[in-house]
Amino acid sequence: MSAARSSFRSNRAPVLTGYAFLVYAFLYFPIVVLVVYSFNGAGVGGFPPANWTLDWYRQLFADAALWQAVLNSAIVAAIAVAIALGLGLPTALALDRSDFPGKALFRRLVLLPLILPGIITGLSLLMLFVGVGMKLSLVTVTLGHGTALISVATTEVFAGLQKLDRAQEEASLDLGANQWKTFWRITLPNLRVSLIAAGLLIFTLSLDEIAVSFFLIGRDNTLPLEIWSRLRRGITPEINAISTLILLFSIATILVWYRLRTRSASMDEPTSLPAAASVQGEVV
Amino acid sequence: MYSRAYKATVTIPPLLWVTVFLLVPYAILFCYSFWSVSPAQTIAHNWSLQNYAQLIHNSLYIQVLLRSMRIAFSVTLLALALGYPLAYYVSFYTQARKELLYQLVIIPLWASYLVRGYAWKTILGSDGVLNGLLQYFHITHQPLEFLLYSPFAVILTLTHIYTPFVFLPIYASLEHVPRTLVEASQDLGASPWATFRRVILPLSLPGVLAGATFAFVLSLGDFLAPLLVGGSSGVMISNIVVSLFGAAYNWPLGAAISLCMLLIVVTLLFAAERLEKGLTVQ
Repeated sequence: MSAARSSFRSNRAPVLTGYAFLVYAFLYFPIVVLVVYSFNGAGVGGFPPANWTLDWYRQLFADAALWQAVLNSAIVAAIAVAIALGLGLPTALALDRSDFPGKALFRRLVLLPLILPGIITGLSLLMLFVGVGMKLSLVTVTLGHGTALISVATTEVFAGLQKLDRAQEEASLDLGANQWKTFWRITLPNLRVSLIAAGLLIFTLSLDEIAVSFFLIGRDNTLPLEIWSRLRRGITPEINAISTLILLFSIATILVWYRLRTRSASMDEPTSLPAAASVQGEVV
Repeated sequence: MYSRAYKATVTIPPLLWVTVFLLVPYAILFCYSFWSVSPAQTIAHNWSLQNYAQLIHNSLYIQVLLRSMRIAFSVTLLALALGYPLAYYVSFYTQARKELLYQLVIIPLWASYLVRGYAWKTILGSDGVLNGLLQYFHITHQPLEFLLYSPFAVILTLTHIYTPFVFLPIYASLEHVPRTLVEASQDLGASPWATFRRVILPLSLPGVLAGATFAFVLSLGDFLAPLLVGGSSGVMISNIVVSLFGAAYNWPLGAAISLCMLLIVVTLLFAAERLEKGLTVQ
């Protein structure tokens, strides 16, 4: 097929192109506003921005409470990654290789938090923790994140398993390695990229998570909840400044994540980008 | 190929975890919805349907639920109206820049949810960016007060948040449309519009369905956007749940509402799954 014959692509569609760029403008307008006004001496609103300044960033870097929240969030996210991967890996293996009664229900339950509004996961866990007399703290938040994000780890690792060359595992077993050795030497190394990609994704999602944390938080705040509590007190461009930094961090992580994914997959493949795939129950 | 011990090792730990941290909590939610609050402000474990009766009899709850569904439905339609043409454009009308244009849709997806809600708050406020802009260019002379704290603001914010989510599955399904089919249709004399309507659109419906389900379900359960930009006229059903679990202290009633939401969501997911299978078989 020559390029000329697949004329669809070379057809100009000025209206569609214009429309698409308006959609891009809509998607980026708030982000641009956010970043621009983080340098605005005159506050979060008004037009045009005036008195360009770095003061808000200076304030931000001197703000101990905020950095404590950043640290809390990072710790929560790191442990949530460990929990979600530690359980998501066996879950994906179980869905791929094991049959047991209730498997279909198990699969649905694991994946449900991907699509379920966070409030329901948050509330149900709140009732569990209160029921067993556990005090709400960063520990309960971490358990909540870890549990909700097993879904992400499972879809990522399951996708990795589908690309795994089974012949390698069979060869290893035929050559006398036992199952565990095969797992450590063949299966796990082959899943490395999926695991790293899932880990990055889970870390970012946990860092941003607010609906589940909202119900499970104790005295110490995660970053989004710290920002949230400040929003209720009144807004200053300091929030724009921290938002800009979060944005930069998310973009950097996601670019790494994306590179990892595309290294082993073509980009039109359904990814586990939250729910895009799972809505259709891709992991069947 | 895998021994029983191997299967047990990969199955039992997640099964236990999921039971303790997902199944049991949902079961507790279910139980709570039949309990009540005693006059002494403790949870009374006597089973009754009174919470559900209250939901049906108090028109406030039904009204807010209907409003939430209207908002979620508007968000879904708008996100489709923005996301579908965008996906169609990126999939069919870009060449060298395709990868870049795709990534440009992904990036806002990762801008924190809270950050985006907050951004709209600063844009829509009466002394916000948009009002400043309109007055600067003398389009308006008074700040428009209706922009912030309205259902409109909630719909706009949620549409912004969920458009990339709707884009993704639609784009994936468009990429799977065999290009040979498109060429065949054109070679046989169909106009681009006819090719779109009779070949491309039907093949992309599973993606549309996935994106629409996702946008609807997550908008329906949202409580942060209404708190940020909704005001009193933008209150959604989850906000009522939040207040029942907070100041109003009526966990059982809150649990009953959550359970209704859960049922709506699960029903929708099942329906979407059935529909999707039907579409694929065709």
